Order: sequence, then structure tokens, then C-alpha cells
Amino acid sequence: MLRGAGRFTDDIELPGLLHAAFLRSPIAHARLKRIDTAATRTLPGVRGIFTFADLRRILTCDRIPLATPAPAIRFNVDPTCLAVDELCYVGEPIAIVVAESRALAEDAVNAIALDFEPLPVVVDPHAGLEPGAPKARLDCPGNLVAHQVMKYGDIDSAFARAALRIKERFHLHKGGGHSIEARGVVARFDRIEDLLTVWDGTQMPHRAKTMLVACLGLSENQVRVIAPDVGGGFGPKAVFHPEELAVPAAALLVGAPVKWIEDRLENFTATVQERDQDWRVEVAATADGKLLGIRGRLCHDHGAATPYGVALPHNAATNVIGPYVLPAFELEIALCLTNKVPAVPIRGAGRPQGTFVMEMLLDRIAAELSLPRDEVRRRNFIAPEQMPYTIPIVQRDGTMMTYDCGDYPECQRRLLETAGWTAFPARQEAARREGRWIGLGLANYLEATGRGPFESASVRIAPSGAIFVATGATAQGQGVETMLAQLVAESLGVSPQSIRVTAGDTGATLRGLGAFASRQTVTAGNAVHRAAGIVAEKVRKAAAAMLEVAPEDLELVDGMVRVKGVPEMKRSLAEIARVFNGVPGFALPGKLPPGLDATVELEAYGLTYTNGAHAVEAEVDIETGAVRLNRYVVIHDCGRVINPMIVEGQVHGAVVHGIGMTLLEWMRYDASGQPLSVTYADYLLPTADVLPRIEVHHMETPTPMNPLGVKGAAESGTIAAPAAIVSAIEDALAPLGVRIRELPLTPARLRALIRAAKRPGDSL
Amino acid sequence: MKPAPFTYHCPETLGEALELLARLENVRVLAGGQSLMPMLNLRLVAPDHLVDLGRIEELVGIEQTADGLALGAMTTQRAIERSALVRERCPLLSEAIEHVGHQQTRNRGTIGGSLCHLDPAAELPLVAAALDATLVAVSKSGQRRIRFADFPAGYLTSQLRHDEIVTRVEFPALRAGTGWAFVELARRPADFAIAAAAALLTVDSADTIRDARIAVGGLGPAPLRIAAAEQALIGQKYRDGLLASAGAAVAACPAEGDALYPSDYRRELAGVMAKRALEKAAGRARSAAYV
Amino acid sequence: MSKHRIKLTVNGSPQEHEIESRTHLADFLRHELGLTGTHIGCEHGVCGACTVLVDGASARACLMLAVQANGRSIETIEGVAAPDGALHPIQAALADHHGLQCGYCTPGVVMTLIELQRETGRRQLDEPEVRRALSGNLCRCTGYQGIVDAALALFGSKT
Repeated sequence: MLRGAGRFTDDIELPGLLHAAFLRSPIAHARLKRIDTAATRTLPGVRGIFTFADLRRILTCDRIPLATPAPAIRFNVDPTCLAVDELCYVGEPIAIVVAESRALAEDAVNAIALDFEPLPVVVDPHAGLEPGAPKARLDCPGNLVAHQVMKYGDIDSAFARAALRIKERFHLHKGGGHSIEARGVVARFDRIEDLLTVWDGTQMPHRAKTMLVACLGLSENQVRVIAPDVGGGFGPKAVFHPEELAVPAAALLVGAPVKWIEDRLENFTATVQERDQDWRVEVAATADGKLLGIRGRLCHDHGAATPYGVALPHNAATNVIGPYVLPAFELEIALCLTNKVPAVPIRGAGRPQGTFVMEMLLDRIAAELSLPRDEVRRRNFIAPEQMPYTIPIVQRDGTMMTYDCGDYPECQRRLLETAGWTAFPARQEAARREGRWIGLGLANYLEATGRGPFESASVRIAPSGAIFVATGATAQGQGVETMLAQLVAESLGVSPQSIRVTAGDTGATLRGLGAFASRQTVTAGNAVHRAAGIVAEKVRKAAAAMLEVAPEDLELVDGMVRVKGVPEMKRSLAEIARVFNGVPGFALPGKLPPGLDATVELEAYGLTYTNGAHAVEAEVDIETGAVRLNRYVVIHDCGRVINPMIVEGQVHGAVVHGIGMTLLEWMRYDASGQPLSVTYADYLLPTADVLPRIEVHHMETPTPMNPLGVKGAAESGTIAAPAAIVSAIEDALAPLGVRIRELPLTPARLRALIRAAKRPGDSL
Repeated sequence: MKPAPFTYHCPETLGEALELLARLENVRVLAGGQSLMPMLNLRLVAPDHLVDLGRIEELVGIEQTADGLALGAMTTQRAIERSALVRERCPLLSEAIEHVGHQQTRNRGTIGGSLCHLDPAAELPLVAAALDATLVAVSKSGQRRIRFADFPAGYLTSQLRHDEIVTRVEFPALRAGTGWAFVELARRPADFAIAAAAALLTVDSADTIRDARIAVGGLGPAPLRIAAAEQALIGQKYRDGLLASAGAAVAACPAEGDALYPSDYRRELAGVMAKRALEKAAGRARSAAYV
Repeated sequence: MSKHRIKLTVNGSPQEHEIESRTHLADFLRHELGLTGTHIGCEHGVCGACTVLVDGASARACLMLAVQANGRSIETIEGVAAPDGALHPIQAALADHHGLQCGYCTPGVVMTLIELQRETGRRQLDEPEVRRALSGNLCRCTGYQGIVDAALALFGSKT
């Protein structure tokens, strides 16, 4: 990577490669009447233009069968690979043009005339759920695509006996994934191999393969999906998008390999993203600040299809509970179909919003009761002695929500000490006298990680001595290959550099899931660890047979297996592998089974919970509403840490994403469903010059849920960021009583809140 | 995102360039490309011809003139940033240029390109407005001098005719006793401003304000000189609170808002920027270090 | 549409090619010359993934037409490591400080740091200066801290 020698999807060149561009919907909702390609006929280099009708000739079904069996979903909306007769969001692909270059393909796209009849749009989920609202999709029964009431405990009695009841409303926005590499697909059908190979910058190649097999009517050995080097995932690349079917289908029809590289404009409009969550909640508490219950309603802008179920709002809802004892909970979740690209989990996956709700409610309780914010939390923490702690919510794998382990009070204690909590009020007062408004915020969080139901890994020592690891896990920069190599190296007594890891190739593993939900260290890590252990045991037994010693007398060091204390008695892993590759007719030593390899498909049920706490020092320019983050402290407990540098890098990146979510990133649409922020000049990502250093301190509470004791780490940095930052800003503006209820918090919004707040004797 | 097809022309002299502009239709002039190339890539514009001014040496240069400074229109922002002459003769420009984009864009972006593009939130047009810069516009049929105040004709539109090129920008030198400042609020330091202010304050030895210039960006399609606030300051003796009321006068100006930054926020912010710029300028004018 | 014959130097080696007027420099490097280390992230000049050096000055290759590179000297990521393969100190520092994860923005970051190194010479930079220099390169993976630490290890002292 440092030499620019990575092989990303756009770096793949093939003989005869053609290039695709998509004609996309310019309107959020319309009846598609006619696609007129007449003007393209005079354009050079165009090799094919395909609409849904053209592709349908080689598809087995109209819609891509992405539906997930979530009970909350009232009707699934599987997407089609190209629009059929209804356009449902700006950016929806309508036709695919294949040409000799991308530029020529785009010329042809621009020459296609569209005839459509505008239909009423649904952009606001509240309005979309009102009686009499127009339908976001004519092919659906209504706009309420999913509905669920998540509840436990006696919520009515909780509110009846509460000394304190506080209502709140939050409008929380989160934007897109925005990996610096956008999406891309290269598809080639090789007649000699009878194989469709698809290079796809995806986080889930096995799922992509399953969809291609199903939709193209091919068999499993006719399709291979390879994720090449992928320039960041963050969620969108885990979702199978229409283009991932349209491009291979076009390649089959045109009889040549086809490449489609998503440009950034497409990424803004046609790649899945998160969007708006509207929360109306109420908390009940005792007179001394102990939580009795939370109830409310979450209204979610879901978008125009359901390619990834309803994990996003589900995660948001469950993360409200957090590391606290919450005796009763009732949340109604309503998802509204809208005329925008579907909303699915992006790094953090809805959890930041749930954590924000709880942390802000705790801050409100603290303010009402004049208790310090940290004390209110202390009074509500789940104690370590209560672990494992079960909450009566059934997860989608059938298990009850159970926190496995974690020391939440200790985590907060360390945070406060590191962040200088007790000394801060004096510093704040001194700053105020100088006309500077600084504040310190804190937030605690949990993240459910290690989602199953399984992940696959195989470890093999080949006769050449090369060590191969293959896994259904995939890599987009989070160090999966490094982590897996490290685990195998430990077991086999070799250097990590001597191990070749293949991730993301359906040709290398029978099954796999991939990267999502911070799961790969837990699932693939443990699978690889077990496979390596099995191989190490085989190696010992094999060498024992060859050397005529007991297996316990052997040690694996530097690629050798040798007798402890008698280093000259040894065999190399390569020798052993060669011998156990077998010679026809000859018995293997010890009549042991052939090969030094093992495949493990580790089943993972039940989640393991990473936890942590963030503290942020923020400074507000009261005249302009601009915010600066002066300090950012993280205490992070992801169980056993295999590679501290990798974990910290993940935390840094995720925290910065959380900062972006809170202060900068806003994917805006107008009232007609037109996306307004479609370039990086309008959609603001955090840059190096607006960020503080992020101080990460590890706590390790190894989990009993898996042999390695590991928990996930990839997304946790986002989860407490909005809450901690807003808590800091509200603290800075405490004399004004500013309450922040909308994200992102732009300077204009904050300035409006400051103006509206009352403070006697001051002109603001 | 690939541009629509066009024919590329690379004149070596100004005369050749002007000839092309006179002859061709649907032409865009390519200066540094930092604004035009994104528009081409996004197909927001689709000219048939692109005339690249990048090889015309006579359009590049920074020179001292009798009453100030003259910059060739194709002088890069980076050259301006590094120029000791600019720092000496036109320090407001030096201060503003630090806010313009990133090093990678300043390496190629030009002063002429920025002034002709007229992004409402751009820093260089604001400086030109504050300093009453003069643009020299040349066509095959002649040359004219345009006061910057007359230059903007609307959103992203100047009064340049299709066959004209700006060749040179002239900035008058500051009077003795003049302090300057450029202040902006941007979401991230390198971004275009939400609102910005360039201020000049000339203060005499009796602490009386002899001249005041306040130019503000972010209130409309073009930078505005706030004459009312300027006039209210001229002739006044410097005192606490004086500059704050000038800021308030700026905040009272009408502003065009949008969904992201409503007009009342823009006005208020412009007032704060103006006040801060005036304070900084006053500090420079009145400090013993500035002589 | 026009075609143009251009002569230029890329990583020290002379090149002569015929290209279409609308081909930008990034696509020319990647597809004509096969130098795929320069990456495209946005094609509108903000992300910095396509940063190369043109006559020693950093530039966004997506905002420059290939034809404009006629007569110029271009340096890309492929020319940074030594001919024998040894990593440049900037590359080594990024590896040591975990200044890259997916690697997609990395070539642009390296070219930006090379210019920074050449311009600052022996002068030490503080963290705000380093962050400012890196502000034109977007990274979604690292949160920049590893990159900043690598740069500070090379050009300055950590605060």
C-alpha cells in the first residue's frame, strides 16, 4: 500500500475490458414511461445499452432476494437491478451503458432521453406516516414498512411511581460511509472455465455470490466473487446493491468483461447511507436519580427499499439501555418508506443515536436534581458482580440480550481521572472570566459485537512450507489479515510475515459472512485460532510419528518442530507437510490422516459487549456558534487486545467519524427529495486540522464468550462521540441552559440556541 | 465523472489567446483549473472549446507599481503566499491567502481565476473589494480597466465579455498609518467562508480614524462594501465600543440566506467578522510596532 | 474532441503519448501508464487521494488535464521508494506509526509529505503545522493520528 502497489477494483485490467456507466433517475418519484436511446446510436464506442427488460432475459427473477426474516418488517421491498416502471429515488439506476471507455459511456448516458410522469414524494417520515399520505412506492401497500414495540418490565408502574419525569425530543442525523474508495465491480465470464468471476469491492463476497447464483440461474461452481483490496468499508459495502447484479448481467449479455467504478456523485446518491432518526422519549426516575423506565417512539426515515433488514433502528433502540440498570423500557419503532436511497447501518450502526438518547436523558436528570453528571451515572451502572447481565429483549439469533462482562464503574472512574474531571470546574470558571466558554462532557457506551451465526477459517501448511490462511472474513483496512496472521503465527511458531492470508475470496472458502458489526476479530479470529490449534496438534502428532517421540516432547519454533532440550532432533514444517502429502501406496507415518490443514466454521451465538467511556473538552465561540474540540479521551475495553496499534487505529478513525456525525456531516435533501449535498465541498468530512489528539487508554476485561477473550473494536469509537461532545457543549453553555436536540450541530444551529437562551443582563 | 468532449487550445501568447476567444463559440478559459475542472468533471459545464492560459508567460508576475502592486492574472496563489513583496506592499492579501484552499490547490489556483469565478464565499474577491482593486481586461479589440466594485454582475458572473481576458490585477498600496485584517468563519479552515470580513483602518497620531474600509462576504452573490459602517467611523476618535457598533451596522445589512445558513445567521456572523476584523486592523494601525 | 501528443517525464523516465483532450492526469497515469498507485476518490478536487507532484509542487491530478502535463515532470507514489525497493523514510514512518489502514488515501498522503519535507528542510514543525499541511488529504480510516505521528516523527517533535 505504501508503494502504491495495492490492487483495488479500478486497478484491475483485463484484455478486452469494457466500461459501464449508469443512467440514473433525476427525480425522487415518478412513473417511468419511456427510455429513448435513439440519440446514442451515432455515438462512438458504445457496445450495449441495457434496461431492465434487456437484463431480465437472463435473470431468474424480477427482484434481488435480499429480504431478511425480521418480524418487525411488515413487507419486504427487494430491489430490482434496474428500475422497471417506477422511479423511487434520485440516483436509482435505470439503464446500464457499456462502452469502450467510461467517458464514452457517460456521453451515451447523457444522450438518453427519459419520459416520466412525476408522482408525489415522501421525504419526511412523520408526514409519510400520516393518514392520507401519498405512497412512496406504488408497488407497496403503504409507507409503514416496519413496526415494532420493543419492551420489557412494567413501564406504566415505572412512570406512575416516578418522582421525576422528563420528556425529550431528539432529531439525530447521520450521513454516509464515505470510504475514500467508492464502490466498483469488474465482471468477466470465462467460457473455457465456465466461470463468472466478479471482483467486487464488497464487505460480503459470499452474500454477493449467493445473490448472483440465485438471480443469474448459475450454479455455485460457476460463480466466484473476489473482494480485491478494498479502500474502506464502513457499512455500505456490506449491502448488495443493484449495480452488483447489473454489471455481471451486462457482461454476460455483451460477451466481454465489464468494469464499473462508482464515481463520487453516484456514491452520494445511489449508495446506501444512514439518515434521520426522530426520537420522542420520556424518562422516569426516582428522587435520587435512579432510572425507573424509558418509553417513547422512534420514527425512522428508511428509504426506498429493504436491502439490509432493520438492523439500524434495532441497534439504536437496544443501545439506549447501555451500561445501566433500566428496569422498564418501551420503545415503539416506526420505519417509513421514503423516496431516498435505503438507510442501512454505517460505522456505529445506529448505536450512537441510542447512546445519545440515554446519555442526554441522564444529563437532564442530573440537571433537574442538581447532581453531578458522573454521580447520576454511578448510581445507575450495572455492577460487575451482576455479570452476565440479562435484559429481557430477544435478539434476532434467538438469544436474550446478555452483557457478558465489563466493569463499567471502573471504566468511568478511569476516564474521570484521566480527563481531569474534578479539576475542571475551576479551569472552566477561570476561562469564563477571560470570556472563553469551555465545557467537559462524558458518555459511557456499549457495543454488541461478534455477531454470528458463524465465520469460516482454514489453515494449511503446504508441502512447499508456505502457510495459507483462508477466511470468509474480509479486509477493508482494519488489519484483519495482520490480526489473523498474528494468531496463526503464535500457534505454529513462525513469523507472521510467512503467512499468506486470503480474505474475501469465495473460491478459497466454502462459506463465509464477512465484515460488518465489528465481528471479525471475535468470529474469524477465534475460528482461525481454533484451526491453527488443530493444525499445530496434527503437526506435533505427525512429527512425533516421524521422530518416534511423544507429541508432548515437541515444541514449534521458527518453522521447525523439535524435541525440547534436543534441538538437533527436528523436522521442518515443510518436510512434515511433504511427507503427509502422501506417496501412492505408501502408508503415512503413524497411519495418521494426510495433510496439515484444518477448516473451522466457528459458530457464534450470543454477542460479546465491548464497552468504554469518552470525555471531551469543547470550546464554544459564543458569538459565532463555532465549536472547537480541545481534548478527547477514550477508555476502551474490547476484552483481550491482540494488536494494540490496530485497535487504537480503529478507535481513532471511529471517533473521528463520530465527530463528523456530530459537528460536520449532513446529507441534505430538499422537499422534493433532491439530494443537495453531493460533493465534498458541501458534505463535510473531518480533516486533520479540525481534530484534537484522541487519547486511547485500554482496559481489558477478557470475555468468557470465546477462547481468545476478544471483543470487537471496529465501530466503538463512534458510539459515545455525539453524546460526549454535546455533553461538553452543554456544559460550556451551562449558564445559558442551552439544550441541543438536533444533529449535526452546525454553527448556525448552535448560535440560534444561544440567542434563544435567556441570561439576564447579557446581550448575545 | 468524465468531462464532455471539448477541443483543447494552448496559446503561447496573449495575442493568440485573444484571437481564439474572438473566433470561437462556447469557450471556457482555463486558468488554474481548481474551480473549472470540477465543473467539467461533473458536467456542470460542457464547453466546446477550452483555452488554456497556462503557457502565457506575460500573464504571470508580481511587480511593484508607483501606487501599489500589480499581479499577472495567472500568478498562482502559492506565489502570492510566498511573496515578500506582497507581504510588504499588500499585507491584507497575504493574510487572506492563508485561508484559500489547501497547498495543493494554491499551487495551481490563480488570482485571476478566483476573481473571475466570483464564488460568493471566496477570499480573494473580498480582498479586491476592500482594496478597490482594478482589473485590466483585454480583448482583441482593446483594453479596459474595471474597478472591482463594478466587476460582479450576478451569481458566479462577472461583467467580462466572452472575448475578454483579465490580464492583470492592480492593488493600491496602503496609506501610512493603515492597519488591515482579514477574518473569516469557515467550517474547516480551508473551506470557503460562511462569512468573512476584510477591514482597513487608517488612524492618525491623534487616534482619529481617517479612513475605514469594510468589505464583507457571505451576505450575497458578491462581496459588499458596507459604506454606512465606513462612513460612521471616518472622523471618529477611536474609543471602546466604536468598532462594536460598526459591527452592529454590518449585522443590520440584508443578507440572502439558504437552508444551511439562514439570513439572520449570516447577517449576525458578518457583523461579528466585521467587528473582529476592525479590532485587529485597529490594533495594527495603533500599535507602535506598525510604523 | 482533440488529440494531443505530449512529452513528459514521469518519475524520472521520459514518456511520449497521444491522449484525448478531456483525459485528466490521474486517468492518464493510471490507465495509459499503468501507474495505478495514484487513486481517485472524488474527481472534484477535495479528497487529495490523487495528489502527485508536478514540477515538484503538489497538485490534484484529477484537476489537471493530461495535456497540461506536456513538458512537465511528474512524480507519483511509484517513484518514491528507492530503486532497490528500500522504503523512503516517509513510507517507513507511516508504517511504523500505523499511518495507514486501507491504504487508499496513502499515496496522496505520501506525496503531500514529500513536498512538505522538501519545503521545510531542517526546520522543525509543530503539530498544528503538520495537521494544516495534511488538511488537504481526506482519510476515513485512521482519524489522521497515525499519519500526524508519522509526520511529527519525521519533521518535528511530539507535543
